[in-house]
Amino acid sequence: MSTGFEPKIIGFLCRWCSYPGADLAGTSRIKYSPNMIPIRVMCSGRVDPSFVIKALNDGADGVLIAGCHPPTDCHYQSGNIKAMRRYPLLMRMLEQFGIEKERVRLEWISASEGPKFAQVVEEMSDTIRQLGPLGWRKDAVE
Amino acid sequence: MNDKPKVAFYWCASCGGCEETIVDLNEDVLKVVDAVDIVLWPVALDFKRKDIEAMADGEIAVSFINGAVRLSEQEEWAELLRQKSGLVVAFGSCAHLGGIPGLGNVANRELIFQRKYTTVPTIDNPDRIFPSVAVTVDGADAEHPYELELPSFYDTVKTLDQTIDVDYYLPGCPPPSNLVWDAVVAILEGKLPEKGAVLAPNKALCDTCPRNETKSDELTIKEFKRVATSTPDPEECFLAQGYVCLGPATRSGCGERCINGNMPCRGCFGPPDGIVDQGAKILSAIASIVDSTDAAEIEGIIGAIEDPLGTFYRFSLPGSLLGRTRIGG
Repeated sequence: MSTGFEPKIIGFLCRWCSYPGADLAGTSRIKYSPNMIPIRVMCSGRVDPSFVIKALNDGADGVLIAGCHPPTDCHYQSGNIKAMRRYPLLMRMLEQFGIEKERVRLEWISASEGPKFAQVVEEMSDTIRQLGPLGWRKDAVE
Repeated sequence: MNDKPKVAFYWCASCGGCEETIVDLNEDVLKVVDAVDIVLWPVALDFKRKDIEAMADGEIAVSFINGAVRLSEQEEWAELLRQKSGLVVAFGSCAHLGGIPGLGNVANRELIFQRKYTTVPTIDNPDRIFPSVAVTVDGADAEHPYELELPSFYDTVKTLDQTIDVDYYLPGCPPPSNLVWDAVVAILEGKLPEKGAVLAPNKALCDTCPRNETKSDELTIKEFKRVATSTPDPEECFLAQGYVCLGPATRSGCGERCINGNMPCRGCFGPPDGIVDQGAKILSAIASIVDSTDAAEIEGIIGAIEDPLGTFYRFSLPGSLLGRTRIGG
C-alpha cells in the first residue's frame, strides 16, 4: 500500500466451484482486497491462454484462473485437467516474454472454500503490489 | 503502354524468398508483364526513389510490399508507396505478421548490436565499431571526408499494417505462386473481397492435411520429439507422433509443402480468421493433449519443448497480442 499502487487483477472463475466459492467469501463477510475483477466462465478449461494474454495486454497487472479441484471435481469431467496442462507451458512462455510468474496464478477453489478464495486474492494482491504495475502496452515498450 | 495499371514490388526486412515466388510464376509472369506496367522492383529493375516520388498520389494501382519493418528507411518507403498506391498488399509472412525477422522482438537494438558486432565468434571488432545514423568515412583526402547517413535501426520490428494502412494480405513464407496469381487476377478483374482480407482459404491446415485421416479421434502426446533428433514417420499425423505441428492454429492454402517434405507445420500462414493470437492458440491446443493428469508429470513432458515462444510465434511475434518481450523489467 506504501506506493499507492493498487493492482488490477482479472479473475477467470469457473461457474461451478470457484465462482460460488467467491460468492461464499462474500456472504460469509470475509474481508479481502478489492483488486480482483471476476469474470465468470463455464469452466477453467474454457480459459484459453489468449484470454490471459489479452487481459495482460489490455492493462491487467495479474490474472487468476480458478477452477474445481482435480482430478474429479470438474462438472465437465476433464476441463480442469485441460487448464492444468496448459498452465505450466503458458507460464514458461510468459516468462520468456518477461512477465513475472507471480502475476498469473492457477488455483483450485471449491464452492465451500470461501476463506481460501479470500486468501488467494489477498496473497495475489499483496504480491503484485510489491511487483508494481505491469503496464504492458506495445507502444510503451518500443 | 501507359494506360496499363502500374504495379510496384518492394522489400523491407526480408530474405528475398518472396521475390523468388514472383519468378516462380514462370510463364505466367509474362502475362503479368503484358497486363501491367512494373514501376518498381528493386531486386530486378533499376528504379530510384525519386522516380516514385515524382508520381502522382494513387498513380500506382497496387504495391506488393514484402518484409517486416525494422529500419527507418523501410518505414519511409512503406509510407511513400502507401501515398502513391491505390492498393497495398502485405506480401508474405514478414509483412503480414512479422515473420522470422520479427523474432528480433525477443531482443532490442542494443542486445542485437552487442551480439552481432562483439560477441559472435566470427566477428573481429577490437575498436567496438557499431552502426550509427551519422557516419564519417575517408573521402578523396583527409580534408574532405564523406558524411553518410544510415537508416536508424528500431528496437522493435513491426508488421506492415503497424506501419501503414494495408488493404490485403498474402500469407506464407513465401506465398505460393498460385495464390499470388489468383490475387493478381482478382486485382486486374476488380473482383476483390472486403478490405483487410487475407487472400487465402479460411480453414485450418489440419482440415486439408493429407495426414488428417491417420490420427485417432482422441489425440494424446506422452513424449515430445524433435525433427532435429529423430525422423518422423512419413505417413502419420505429426501431433500423433509427438512432434509440435502448428497445423491446428494455422491457415491452410500453402499446398502442404512442409507436410509433404516430412516436416511439421511451422505456422507461416498465420492463423485463420477469428483467432486473435496464433501462439496462444497453438499452445492451448498442444498442451491440452498432453497425456497426463499429474501436475509434475505434465511439467516434465512439456519441458521437452525447448523454446515455447520461438516455436509458437515463429512467424507471428510482432503481429501477436504481446508483440515483443519486455527487456530489463
